[in-house]
Amino acid sequence: MFGLKQDWQLDEKARHFVLEDYEGAAPRWCSGCGDNAVLSAVQRLARDLQLVPEKTVTVAGIGCSSRFPHYMKTYGFHGLHGRALPVASGVRARRPDLDIFVATGDGDCCAIGTAHWIHAIRYNMKMVVMLLDNNVYGLTKKQTSPTSRRSFTSNTHPQGSLLSPLNPLSVTLGITNASFVAQTVDWNPAHVYETLKAAHAHPGLAFVRILQRCPHFMDGHFQDIQDDPSKILLMTHDKGIPIDPSLKRLFKNQVVHDPSDLDAARRYADTQDAVPIGLFYRNEHAERYDLDTARGIDMTPQQRMKAVDAELDRFLV
Amino acid sequence: MTTSATVATDQAPRPATIRTVSQHIVEFVSDSGEGAQTAGQLFGTIAAKSGNGVWTVEIIPAEVEPPARSRAGASGNRVRVGTKEVTNMGDTADIVIAFNEQVLYSRIDVGALKQGTMILLENKWAKSGLPGVPEAYAEALADFARRGYVVVEVPMEAECLKVVKDARRGKNIWCLGLLCAVYDLDMQHVEVELKRKLGKKSAEVVANNIALLTSGRTWGDANIEMRFNVPVEPTTQTMVVMNGNQAIALGAMAAGFEVCSMYPITPATSVSHHLASVFHRSGGFVHQAEDEIAAIGFALGCAYAGKTPLTVTSGPGLALKTEFIGLAVMAELPIVLVDVQRGGPSTGLPTRVEQGDLLSVLFAEPGDAPKIILAPATIAECFDFMITARKLAETFRGPVMVLTDANLATGQQPFPRPELKEEWLAPPIDQSAWDRTVRPYEWDPATGLSQRPIPGQRNGNYVLTGLAHDEHSRVAYESSINQHSMEMRSRKLATLLDSLKPPTVRGDDTGDLLVVGWGSTLGAIDEAIDRLRAEGHRISSVHLRYLSPMEPGLKEIFARFKKVMTVEINYSDDVNAAGFTAQNRRYSQLAFLLRAQTLCDVDCWSRVPGSPLSPSMIENALRTHLTKG
Repeated sequence: MFGLKQDWQLDEKARHFVLEDYEGAAPRWCSGCGDNAVLSAVQRLARDLQLVPEKTVTVAGIGCSSRFPHYMKTYGFHGLHGRALPVASGVRARRPDLDIFVATGDGDCCAIGTAHWIHAIRYNMKMVVMLLDNNVYGLTKKQTSPTSRRSFTSNTHPQGSLLSPLNPLSVTLGITNASFVAQTVDWNPAHVYETLKAAHAHPGLAFVRILQRCPHFMDGHFQDIQDDPSKILLMTHDKGIPIDPSLKRLFKNQVVHDPSDLDAARRYADTQDAVPIGLFYRNEHAERYDLDTARGIDMTPQQRMKAVDAELDRFLV
Repeated sequence: MTTSATVATDQAPRPATIRTVSQHIVEFVSDSGEGAQTAGQLFGTIAAKSGNGVWTVEIIPAEVEPPARSRAGASGNRVRVGTKEVTNMGDTADIVIAFNEQVLYSRIDVGALKQGTMILLENKWAKSGLPGVPEAYAEALADFARRGYVVVEVPMEAECLKVVKDARRGKNIWCLGLLCAVYDLDMQHVEVELKRKLGKKSAEVVANNIALLTSGRTWGDANIEMRFNVPVEPTTQTMVVMNGNQAIALGAMAAGFEVCSMYPITPATSVSHHLASVFHRSGGFVHQAEDEIAAIGFALGCAYAGKTPLTVTSGPGLALKTEFIGLAVMAELPIVLVDVQRGGPSTGLPTRVEQGDLLSVLFAEPGDAPKIILAPATIAECFDFMITARKLAETFRGPVMVLTDANLATGQQPFPRPELKEEWLAPPIDQSAWDRTVRPYEWDPATGLSQRPIPGQRNGNYVLTGLAHDEHSRVAYESSINQHSMEMRSRKLATLLDSLKPPTVRGDDTGDLLVVGWGSTLGAIDEAIDRLRAEGHRISSVHLRYLSPMEPGLKEIFARFKKVMTVEINYSDDVNAAGFTAQNRRYSQLAFLLRAQTLCDVDCWSRVPGSPLSPSMIENALRTHLTKG
């Protein structure tokens, strides 16, 4: 069943993948767009882990960052606005053999797709979910997003947005069965890479919020954080994201946070005076729905027919 | 028992008069939760398993716990039993078992009773301590006598209390015993079915139910004079009996579906109930998603990864799924969507019958979204079409919509037991290397068909997109590519159409009137037309199973009749009603399509009663058109 060739692993071992094997169409993101940095980190990670391109699927919704699958030379699903997570869950359901990356934006995930975000976290099916959060709707040309700062002026709120931003981290950490929650920033490629690597290794749904610059509509939006390293709160721990020594020197504002401590994770997620980066929470033993959805994939046609025959017999006249 | 309002007594047995009938209609009605539905279903199963033709229709209250003794709360089942195959619910009931007189009124209101209908009525209300109840009961008895019903008052609760402590739970089985007396059923068979229904209930519960059944039978034997016999024709065929939603569930398993992704909605949900209880045995699972949108999104993820999924829904859920259905068309993902239609628009009549989704299934998506639409007309077809639907979805690489309705969903009917074939099952996910020279949408210009790579297939890597795209699945804004790809997706329907045969005309292939129907109305239309033909009318019918693409040859068939009209359970303006004219009138849904498709002046008669159309309703409507000429 399942159509796997018995010897495929031997076959794959003979192959070696280089960066170009993961590079799809040339990205059409604006120059300076933070999405480029994330794409490049994912491609490097795929190469370093030697992910088999045809066994890798990137799934996205609609938005600037949701163009992500087109720029990977793997399989990809560029679907509907807000609906990346149900699709990715479906891809996973009967395919434990695939590597799945989801790219979603702040509008995609935190506005139109909110219901799916909550439930996908609860399902905890193995995949890496990257929330590329630039605090603005870019593709539709500068509207307020749920994560836009208060008083942000946009085409939908020219007098300034009226509400305080939604915090995707505290929301995610509040969802039952959340198992991996991290944050990083696009302008620190080493940290992005290490965060995604830890996310990929996680046995469950790894949710990574990536603060991402939008030079076109939000020029200088994160400039204050970029310019002043003390505005970053670097979370460190030997069970957390591995930190390069140079980063430790750059970011003086540090805290040792044990990612198994959910209460502390929720407190740090609510940090107001700095941007916390690192691993908030990880639980490798959380329930995984994909272990249930994959049951029966190896059943033979004879077993299936026998079962259906038995059911039909229950209705015999 | 010839006068109405007779109070039966439990004295010496009366001599029974046996009347042999070719068909009979029995109804059970009670307050919600008193088990009339269970008793009715059980009676239907027993009749079917004895070799009778059967059709059952559920009588469903709109609420889970409606107030007691209310017309709105009537819950139960109609069972039509026949010597030959029974294809619809028929007209009026011959026997009604009612647990109170108020629920009976709900049946009288919809014309389910006739002069001479025998009512077996719980008589405890005559001495009820509840204010107004004895008066209401007495008033109803007098009214029933005026209406010419034959009422037998039955001390249901009093008799049950001789056997069990709580008569509310069990009265239904006692009444089943009563019916066993009326139809002189073999009690051994009945007990086997009852035990099967009780499943893993405790020995005490089983014993109580058997005692109730026996008590009902004994009381009936002693007190009810009338006996009916619906003879059975011997058959060598092995038959199964189930309702449409069960048939869809079993058909889905036989078709090799492994995933049903759904969100609860009436009346579709019971498909997933049946599946959820047994799907794991054939290696499948039911995903209950967080909403209707996620249900189809998850399904399309499965489809992309190589497993054609099933999703089941009803009108409001269908509306929510629209955007994803468009994506399935655009990106050519195989999926089977069963729409168990209910009354609309909006929340409409959630538990009731309507054929109101045809046009929205066909046209809901923005832009042109060609898709295959099938409509099973019988319970057996609910099973068979699941096998056809999966194959079509995969061959034609897109969504296949299967339209049933609440009538098929809950109607039970026996049909020959399907013999499973391995070729019905889905093939394993293809993981062989993809020929890198073949593009992911390499449309055959003659057919529009193409092969799709599945993740895991080396060299097949492509990015599926809902944006306009070329054969490489690359986003494309060029006008020529858009024109071409739209044509290719549409051409698939033309290709399928080429393989279809014109539908069979039932009756002569020329005449005065041709009736066109689709879906669950088949049996009722056939019966109406048989009656009219027996009177000498030149009337025939055609029943469509493929609604997109529309079956071929219709224009030629229509041309051989003086008049063509559809009979449907959806809304159309009645041209005879004030304010409507032949010009401003809106047509029923199939008529609308047939007029556009054939340029024939197809008329329609359609109603939205919230219940199946009875043969006599159709017969009367058609007779008007026949006499008009």
